[in-house]
Amino acid sequence: MGAVLRNPKLWIFAICLLPLARLIALGGSGGLGANPIEFITRSTGTWTLVGLILTLSVTPLRRLSGYANLIRYRRMLGLFSFFYACLHFVTYIWLDQFFDLAAIARDIVKRPFITVGFSAFVLLIPLASTSTHAMMRRLGRRWQHLHRLIYLVALLAVVHYLWLVKKDLTSPLIYGAVVVILLALRLPWGVRLMQALRGWGAAVR
Amino acid sequence: MLIRHPDAILPSEITPPEIYRERRRFMQGMGALAAGTALGTLDDAHAGIKLAGVRTSPYTLDEARTPFKDITTYNNFYEFGTGKSDPAENAGSLRTRPWTVAIEGEVRKPKTWDIDALLRLAPLEERVYRMRCVEGWSMVIPWVGFPLAELLRRVEPTGKARYVEFVSLNDPKQMPGQRSRVLDWPYVEGLRLDEAMHPLTLMTMGLYGEVLPNQNGAPIRLVVPWKYGFKSAKSIVKIRLVEKQPVSSWTRANPDEYGFYSNVNPQVDHPRWSQAKERRIGEFFKRDTLMFNGYANQVAQLYRGMDLKKYY
Repeated sequence: MGAVLRNPKLWIFAICLLPLARLIALGGSGGLGANPIEFITRSTGTWTLVGLILTLSVTPLRRLSGYANLIRYRRMLGLFSFFYACLHFVTYIWLDQFFDLAAIARDIVKRPFITVGFSAFVLLIPLASTSTHAMMRRLGRRWQHLHRLIYLVALLAVVHYLWLVKKDLTSPLIYGAVVVILLALRLPWGVRLMQALRGWGAAVR
Repeated sequence: MLIRHPDAILPSEITPPEIYRERRRFMQGMGALAAGTALGTLDDAHAGIKLAGVRTSPYTLDEARTPFKDITTYNNFYEFGTGKSDPAENAGSLRTRPWTVAIEGEVRKPKTWDIDALLRLAPLEERVYRMRCVEGWSMVIPWVGFPLAELLRRVEPTGKARYVEFVSLNDPKQMPGQRSRVLDWPYVEGLRLDEAMHPLTLMTMGLYGEVLPNQNGAPIRLVVPWKYGFKSAKSIVKIRLVEKQPVSSWTRANPDEYGFYSNVNPQVDHPRWSQAKERRIGEFFKRDTLMFNGYANQVAQLYRGMDLKKYY
């Protein structure tokens, strides 16, 4: 039991469930406001984006800190992003559109922000379904190439957010900046920067 | 279950406005105590006061009214922030007395009215109107006011007056959202003179029989029920009769998306989303949006012969 509780995976798993727990608690207490469906849509969308950002932070954090072990938590973060993306998608299909397939198809074709959001969701499916160890082994080098799709997914998610707001772009631009920084840190100069910072940190210590 | 069907809500579960406000006052009081400052105890002092002598009008929609709580906590009023709950949280800093409304421009008798004189200008009526937001949601709201025509007739528009421009308060001290340049302040809206003179167009000072809460555009706002909500300017300080079509704030911000007319029209989509349906606040299923928000019989003749796709 003690060993289980000391496993950070358990804690990360529990923390990742908190946004859902909050929605359920607010739903039960009438705290979702005048437009609950909008609230749920916004919330699950936001947490999908946060999940993507956390997943993308693992590699730069590893380079910065030198804790190679961090990689062990990346899959769970990625899968939770997919989990919230699924909730977001189901909210749209079920609560928002109530399975009006014709309207949904029209939306996907005609509304650029939905086209982009839907594409991002579809692109997450192969990533989630190839997240097992067996698939990693089977795909070998190609696994890594395939999973670089998350860069595109994160950018599409930000564009989806940018295009849906009426006027105030502040919040999507902040998320966008974070995603751009996390992607830039993967470029050669970004990697060198991380290594230099780590070396500098070690020297100071 | 997260979403309750409206039928499932017992009448006893709906908070009457008095009790809701009571709670709200209590919480504001607690908040003020906790902050150690009274913050001028929020000029909300006027809200919650019953308006005297309000008559019911034939313009009373036979549809379930949106609860007071939803009407006063789910607002678009960018002067107090861009979030839906921002106006309810921030509008306490708006001071609605003293307040004047200047009527000027192409009129024979320009005049600056004190808000309390305006309240006595014409008999107050309660009108239950649909309100359709351009974002795709709607409410049914019991407003209190009188037709704008009553006011315009008294200032005698000249032959040159073809449009009416409405200017809202511009004071970042009272309206913290104006510290952000999200729109060009002050907020400006406009109507064609015949739209402004239409009997449905209401100068509004009350909600649910009481003084209009700050977050709903106190002390005086416009309500044009057949147009998207943003056309109904709030916290008005100036009304100008003009010759040329005014440029409203949302048109200035994004001319492709928000036109001068902005009539509710299920056939003309917003460039980024459909306007065919709407979610009535409190309902689970979307309902079809009606032409001119259900007021086609009264207003369609104003637009006879116009291409409404072009004049959106």
